[in-house]
Amino acid sequence: MLPDFLIRATIAGLGVALIAAPLGCFVVWRRMAYFGEATAHAALLGIALSLALELPIFGGTLLAALLMAYTVSQLSGRGLASDTLLGVSAHAGLAVGLVVASFLSGVRIDLMAYLFGDILAVSISDLYTIWIGVIFVLLLIYWRWSPMLVSTLNEELAYSNGINPKKEKLILTIALAVTVAVSIKVVGLLLISALLIIPAAAARNTSSTPETMVIITALVGIISAISGLQFSYLFNTPPGPSIVCVSIAFFLFLSSKNIWKFR
Amino acid sequence: MCVVPAQILNQVTLINIKDITVKYGEHIVLDKVSLDVAPGEIVTIVGPNGSGKTSLVKTIIGALTYDSGSLIIKNNLRIGYIPQRLNIDHTLPMTVQRFLNLTHRLTKDECLKALSAAGASGLLEAQMSNLSGGQFQRVLLARALQGDPEILILDEATQSLDQAGSADFYKQIESVRDKKGCAVLMISHELHVVMSASDKVICLNGHVCCSGAPEAVAIMPEYHDLFGTGTDGTLALYRHNHDHRHDNPVRSAEVSD
Repeated sequence: MLPDFLIRATIAGLGVALIAAPLGCFVVWRRMAYFGEATAHAALLGIALSLALELPIFGGTLLAALLMAYTVSQLSGRGLASDTLLGVSAHAGLAVGLVVASFLSGVRIDLMAYLFGDILAVSISDLYTIWIGVIFVLLLIYWRWSPMLVSTLNEELAYSNGINPKKEKLILTIALAVTVAVSIKVVGLLLISALLIIPAAAARNTSSTPETMVIITALVGIISAISGLQFSYLFNTPPGPSIVCVSIAFFLFLSSKNIWKFR
Repeated sequence: MCVVPAQILNQVTLINIKDITVKYGEHIVLDKVSLDVAPGEIVTIVGPNGSGKTSLVKTIIGALTYDSGSLIIKNNLRIGYIPQRLNIDHTLPMTVQRFLNLTHRLTKDECLKALSAAGASGLLEAQMSNLSGGQFQRVLLARALQGDPEILILDEATQSLDQAGSADFYKQIESVRDKKGCAVLMISHELHVVMSASDKVICLNGHVCCSGAPEAVAIMPEYHDLFGTGTDGTLALYRHNHDHRHDNPVRSAEVSD
């Protein structure tokens, strides 16, 4: 029989793997890898501020991620190259967050838990938070799937079909911020991008349509979450990084054919 | 040139643009441009680089906002749009069949029919990123024709094709117009191919330099100021008689993965 904490961890991991699949695919297709990173790093600032102001941590994280995601997506294309802008924002979020956290005397802040995740300490109420977020994001993506896909392909094509790609981008941004906020507990903010990108990258070469890619991504994510947690339990390794390592193994295995081809 | 039946022309215009001005910051891209497209009409916009051709099309489909003037589009106008460039990121898997289904639900049979009508049969299972330039444009055309469009809008749709290929492509557009009766609004550099098929030519350089029937525009001084006479008095109204094809759709089976 598995211990309770491992069962809770698995349920949390499954939820995060499920939403990371469609979001991760969009992040890969739209070349937004740095964007995910910036949003995740801003979450640390959110955590530090909500501890300082004694606000609920989840709310603070979500708000900071939303603000960062929105600001960056509005600023992109105005002057600075997008990756420079994202590099600045991502590290600003991280550095300012760490500095603000250091001022919090009297509040015990377990930085490691936020940076690398603390999935084994997931409580029942965390599970509720995670799964409400998961269901919200899945419904949102399901509802907007087609217009989001068309906008990703070509903005003018979207406009000519009566779709507003700016609106779709905003919805994607919101979904990404929620995903970041619910994933922090599971893999920590340093590895959220890994969770988004690696399963999607692993699925690319075995998929022929966007939809099959999302399904295979979800499968890779789910298997990585379950076996990563088992691995971490058996060998006493950190759970978040273990999950990511399993997905990297998937990536190497599934793309080995292509890696050989390009040699 | 195909003569448009009068009763079609008498219906409401599809697009009615009057004195539209578009600015990027302080820079005026379109200066009081007016343009009408009637049902079934082929209208071609020609102009040098940076003359605002693409901005005009973007304004029409609603991707750009205009600063003054009026833009009246027929209610719920069904647009079949073929973009200038459509880069499908290598990370985004997309079969031709899925692409055709992008904005309209189609059965497999309907997809096959659409492809063969566009001269691209045998490509159903191919990945979009593995298609040749000519095949890609045909698939774009097949997709644009779904949902029975009232107007096809083409933004330099033949940029990636060679001369015979683009002549071929425009022939296809013409035959689609003749069969379906949809209007066509296109932007092009390729004057010699385009002009012969158009009902109306708009010569754009920020403002409308001249416009009218292709034969009339070709001898207007404004037109020659813009494009020069050196290379091509001949180019302007060259009627293409191509007796051979270069782009062979049957080749497709080898390219698909």
